[in-house]
Amino acid sequence: MGEVGPPPRSVAAHGATEPALPLTLRRNAPLVPTDSAASRALAAVIAILTFLAALCAGAAEIVASSADQWQGTVAQEVTIQIRPSPARDIEADVGRAAAMARAAPGIAAARVFTKQEAERLLEPWLGSGLDLTDLPVPRLITLKLGRSPEPDLKALRASLTEALPGIASLDDHALWLQRLSTMANTFVGIGVGIVALVLVATGLAVVFATRGAMAGNREVVEVLHFVGADDDFIARAFQRRFFRLGLRGGVIGASLALAAFALAGIVARNWRSGPAGDEIEALFGTFQVGWRGYASVILIGVIASVVTGIVSRLTVRRFLA
Amino acid sequence: MSDRVNAESLLPGAEEPVVQFEHVGMRYGLGPEVLSDVSFQIAPRSFQFLTGPSGAGKTTLLRLILLAVRPTRGLVSVFGEEVSGISSEALTGLRRRMGVVFQDFRLLDHLTTYENVALPLRVQGRAETSYRAEVVELLRWVGLGERMHVLPPLLSGGEKQRAAIARALIARPELLLADEPTGNVDPGLGRRLLRLFIELNRLGTSVLIATHDFALMDLVDARRLVLGDGRLAVQS
Repeated sequence: MGEVGPPPRSVAAHGATEPALPLTLRRNAPLVPTDSAASRALAAVIAILTFLAALCAGAAEIVASSADQWQGTVAQEVTIQIRPSPARDIEADVGRAAAMARAAPGIAAARVFTKQEAERLLEPWLGSGLDLTDLPVPRLITLKLGRSPEPDLKALRASLTEALPGIASLDDHALWLQRLSTMANTFVGIGVGIVALVLVATGLAVVFATRGAMAGNREVVEVLHFVGADDDFIARAFQRRFFRLGLRGGVIGASLALAAFALAGIVARNWRSGPAGDEIEALFGTFQVGWRGYASVILIGVIASVVTGIVSRLTVRRFLA
Repeated sequence: MSDRVNAESLLPGAEEPVVQFEHVGMRYGLGPEVLSDVSFQIAPRSFQFLTGPSGAGKTTLLRLILLAVRPTRGLVSVFGEEVSGISSEALTGLRRRMGVVFQDFRLLDHLTTYENVALPLRVQGRAETSYRAEVVELLRWVGLGERMHVLPPLLSGGEKQRAAIARALIARPELLLADEPTGNVDPGLGRRLLRLFIELNRLGTSVLIATHDFALMDLVDARRLVLGDGRLAVQS
């Protein structure tokens, strides 16, 4: 440095000209140092937690949509059972019940199972090749429900019991449906609970990491205070840094979860071609994470990063106060 | 800023001191008093040295003015505002009117020289393009034009010193505090830095330089605040 010349205009008044700056000059680097080992570890923790939460949400979504599928198919059908009675002509009873059902409003179709069909339904339990003619095998009529007019099952049941007391009964699978929906709701509830727990764990991890970063950057915080930064500015600098970390972790975790779903989908499709696949499908429904599932995975990634940003800001404000 | 200066110059007798200490005592925790019964004023546009042997409390006194610590007793007023129970917004406002050069520079090692010097303007929320010209001009003036993209660990002691001074000056403070600003440089550079502070003082900034370099103080005919055994004596 040579002799001190007159002070620059900028100290006396604002400079006007735009001087050429070297292209390599870094000009707006983050105020809080990034990319320490601790931040990488935090990003990894957030990625893992997001991945687990996303898997959970996806599983809950599969259960919910499978349960919907089952309920949809099961609820569209009701069954009339006709018990044989030695004193009566069962064919006449079946015909009468079928006629009543067809005449009832909202019944789209009625299919009468013949005696042979009814016997065949028993085959899995009794084995084939048996002569069942002497056995009192009940007969079934399945009814497909239409959408409009609204079927009045109560009235149909009442008129059936009135016309064929002790012989005809109507089963609308209500008990099954109720159990199914209770089970599905329980699964979804557990899923939501786990997702919430994982997000809380993310928040707590961020609190610890932020406090560590504040302690590690005490010097930086002090200098920022001395050059005239207010608490809000400092909190924002930390929030920006942690939001970026959270975003990175969230994106990695959510992408892994999406990849896992895609992979599981491919595997499930390959299985389905085998005989075991049919049974799995019958039990669990098709393995399909609908758009709702993918949307919730992405949403969890976003929520994880937002939670990270907000929690770190609150922690810094508290730390500075 | 210029409005306020003009208004004050109409009533020179009524100008309030930039810093006022009244019977200030200071101790850390339950330790002995570092400062006891210190009273003095810093007038607007004045130039003074703060001196005394090592450990006499110079840095503590500067930290009191910077509002980094609060007095144990007595009153400290900065820019006419009594600082006990001051809100954090008002505190930030007062700090933005001061510039400070620390003994150990306190440059942020992960920011370039340019970013370090621009920091006081950046924390005010200004856009980078709005202050670029000012920062570059000041960097060239203190002789760091070629070093603006360098990180502080790669700067020499003298370069760090000048970067720290540039950071203290960039926001055109009304009060400049410097703690041993010539402690790490050869006497020649020390004299040039002193001339820089005098130049600033001519532009209207109050300057307080803490030093125990008597050769440096003898170069300027300025008021000396002498600390010894926690008490302050003023030599005009």
